[in-house]
Amino acid sequence: MVIVMSIEPPLLETINLTKVFKIGGIFKGANIRAVDNVNLSIKHNEPIILSIVGESGCGKTTLAKLLLKIIQPTSGIIRFEGEDITKIRKKSKILEFKRKVQPIFQNPFESFNPLHTVGRYLYASALRLKVAKSREDAEKIIHESLISVGLNPDVTLNKRPFEFSGGELQRVSIARALISKPRLIIADEPVSMLDASIRMSIINLFLRLKKELNTYFIYITHDLATAYYISDFVAVMFRGSIVEYGSAHDVLSDPLHPYTEILLNSAPDVSKKWTGKMLLSGLEYKEFESAGCKFWYRCPYTTDKCKLTRPEIRNLGNNRTVLCFRY
Amino acid sequence: MSENPVIEVENIRAYYETRYGDVKAVDNVSFSVKLNEIFGICGESGCGKSTLIKVLYGIIEFPLKLVSGRISINIDGKSFLLKDNKDVNTIRKLWWKEISYIPQASMNLLNPTVKIKDQFMEIFRKMNKKITRSEAEKIMQKSFDVLGLPKEVLSSYPHQLSGGMRQRVVIAMATIHNPKIVYADEPTTALDVVVQRGILEMIVELQKKLNNTFVIVTHDMGIHYQISDRIMVMYAGKVCEIGKTYEIFQKPIHPYTKLLIESLPRLGDKSERKSIKGEPPNLLSPPKGCRFHVRCPYAAQKCAKEEPSLLEILHGRYVACFNPLS
Amino acid sequence: MKRKKITKRLVKNLLYVLKSDTRLLIGTSVLVTFMILGFIFPYFSPYDPKRWGQVPRDIPPCLKYPLGTTSLGQDLFWLLTFALQNSLILGMVVAAISTIVGVILGLLAGYGGGYLDTIITFFTDVFIAIPAFPILVMLAALFLGRIHILMLAMVLCLFNWPWPAKQVRSMMLSLKERAFIDTAIFSGFGMIEIIFREIMPLISPWIFANFINTVLVAIGAEAGLATLGVSSLEEPTLGTIIYWSLRYQAMFRGYWWWIAVPVGTITVLFIALFLIYISLSERFSIGGSKK
Repeated sequence: MVIVMSIEPPLLETINLTKVFKIGGIFKGANIRAVDNVNLSIKHNEPIILSIVGESGCGKTTLAKLLLKIIQPTSGIIRFEGEDITKIRKKSKILEFKRKVQPIFQNPFESFNPLHTVGRYLYASALRLKVAKSREDAEKIIHESLISVGLNPDVTLNKRPFEFSGGELQRVSIARALISKPRLIIADEPVSMLDASIRMSIINLFLRLKKELNTYFIYITHDLATAYYISDFVAVMFRGSIVEYGSAHDVLSDPLHPYTEILLNSAPDVSKKWTGKMLLSGLEYKEFESAGCKFWYRCPYTTDKCKLTRPEIRNLGNNRTVLCFRY
Repeated sequence: MSENPVIEVENIRAYYETRYGDVKAVDNVSFSVKLNEIFGICGESGCGKSTLIKVLYGIIEFPLKLVSGRISINIDGKSFLLKDNKDVNTIRKLWWKEISYIPQASMNLLNPTVKIKDQFMEIFRKMNKKITRSEAEKIMQKSFDVLGLPKEVLSSYPHQLSGGMRQRVVIAMATIHNPKIVYADEPTTALDVVVQRGILEMIVELQKKLNNTFVIVTHDMGIHYQISDRIMVMYAGKVCEIGKTYEIFQKPIHPYTKLLIESLPRLGDKSERKSIKGEPPNLLSPPKGCRFHVRCPYAAQKCAKEEPSLLEILHGRYVACFNPLS
Repeated sequence: MKRKKITKRLVKNLLYVLKSDTRLLIGTSVLVTFMILGFIFPYFSPYDPKRWGQVPRDIPPCLKYPLGTTSLGQDLFWLLTFALQNSLILGMVVAAISTIVGVILGLLAGYGGGYLDTIITFFTDVFIAIPAFPILVMLAALFLGRIHILMLAMVLCLFNWPWPAKQVRSMMLSLKERAFIDTAIFSGFGMIEIIFREIMPLISPWIFANFINTVLVAIGAEAGLATLGVSSLEEPTLGTIIYWSLRYQAMFRGYWWWIAVPVGTITVLFIALFLIYISLSERFSIGGSKK
């Protein structure tokens, strides 16, 4: 008897993904490895929310742009549903990609052209991405989408961005992203520009969408509190590298990497006051170009080895990895 | 420690003139700020806090107008009154000397074509201070050391610096003349948590060193919890609650304050957090009675008809509510 | 019915804007006055502007001839109306062509990037570097007053397209990074549509302000050239009036009005256009400005 096993490829997979930028001026023409050998893998079995957490300048937005095919990598592979997306050239394949992967951006007011109605983008998403066959069909799909995010289609479609509040407009962004029923939504800081009091409603919406529509989310943020609340897995990024990875519960209740500890301590939490003092980085390019671990400048546990050699990823089993010599 | 308030605001009304009518952005607000404290103003977007700061600082130009009320700024025994749109000049004389303002997204307001040190020189000129370039550079260096900025920053252009660095530069510029009052509007929005913490701690240190008054405006209650001594909660142009930060977080009295605090996610807590239902009202035609009653789970009949006034319920604790939680 | 409502709203908006900005108000009123003078009045002119000897010469401003008359026997007032018309038309034609060419090239260079950008930028920089004035003077020597006014317009276009091209390109470069472009891309829009329906409407206020500025530059250039004799001297323009007044030594002979009127008109027109330009560009500045 021959047993044929078909192993489904991961939904999203990056292998040694690297993006290098050249910056002049104060960096004296330095090469910044904004994304440095990132290896990620999201399995296909059930939808998860992966959070990518880090401070600004850590490369998370660049990573998002790479995954969305907005920019091309310098080296490395990105595979979506088994296919290398950096090599897609056919128009129909690109369209299919746009149907399956959709973005949500940080600033809802920047996500739309202030001169057009938001309806324009919703209709375009339905018709041009070939989700709907006719205008009536599109109208139905758009209505469904807006209702699922809690908006009234009759008053939403003809408004311009400035006629909405931040929270409402971000919901419109989400509705637009949902029109093509994407498999993966990549959300780059989707709530950081919203009032603290409305953030939860958007975050709760993501959770609901994951359950009801089976959508995977990559949630990029610097806010650990919402990351913990919403994610299944967390990847902590620092200066282009993933320094820690694991289930949300593991990473946030038992942080391994010193940087994760700093992130946890920086959130302006309302349950306890800050203790100790925060060391802010000097010139960031020095950290990028460090011969050793990129974090040693700020690390409380630094040793000589850290200054001279780059650590390698340590796999501690149970989906836990960390980039540090201490393990 | 003198009990004399540095800023006294009495029944201020400041509206925006639009072609559709007056937007009542700040509507009958009264409070006072003491010397040597960090006073926080919080509330959702559109509650009027940014407008209030502009009025306090004297940026009252069309379409913003001061409709009624008075503000008195008391520094070193002298009082500066603002009662009328014309009085703006009395306040303006204090710019770059006794009072200072860090507007929203100020890190994006740096002139992109001028080096940082030259922008500082311009500030010295605005301060009417005659100093040589080398003296100026020494002062800038010192201030940069306090703020943890490397000296290369002085000879760079704004776009070569990260957002966090630019914000620190802006704060340096705003405090280099040792002002008695610093107004900061959302000083850390758009910055990530790590930089945010650094900057907020820096503000606390600066305040202790300069022994002056900081007025911090932000919607992020977490920030107020960490650095503000006293806070004032605003909603739709009105004041809901004023009091010591710790006391307000321990036991919020106004329903809005309570809901605001409860909607914040806490680290390590996966229990469901609820956000406040609904949206703030349109300030062109705000609702009758208490402005929050539409969204208030504790609203009574009276709340829809009459406006509650700000009363001192406990010592130093002010609330404007007919149904306060006690 | 909807059209009427939209125009009514536009007019209401326009009046509101004018009310709040005095510079715009002054500039626009002056410009409108000049346009009426230049495009409506000439139809009522009793004289042919190109003919000489139609009225008694060298008469100072008086009731019968409100701006006086020239040594060539022309009524200065009616002459001025034709001159305004020609100068304004010249200015607007040059501005229109150079703006359109410049904007399209700038948009393509900025969005397309790569070779397209390199080629267009090369030509832009070359033309910006070429000093216009000596070339124009050289043309003067070649054509000696017989240059057709359209030819002059073309030459002026050649020197005015690089500026909008360079500006639009840099605006495009920064706008390209904005999130709404990515939203448009993920909504399925293509490159041409994004350039012309997403980006161009955003920079159109700038384009308009630049247009006004180019009108100013073109009129000034023509006036300057005409003063030197490099223009179509038979056609009345603001510049040619000055040329003839200098040629006939009006100042020396005490006929100040012949030179004061065109110079004064140009000055006022300039100020008006400049006021409009500044208030528009402040209103619609793309990118931060220092407080």
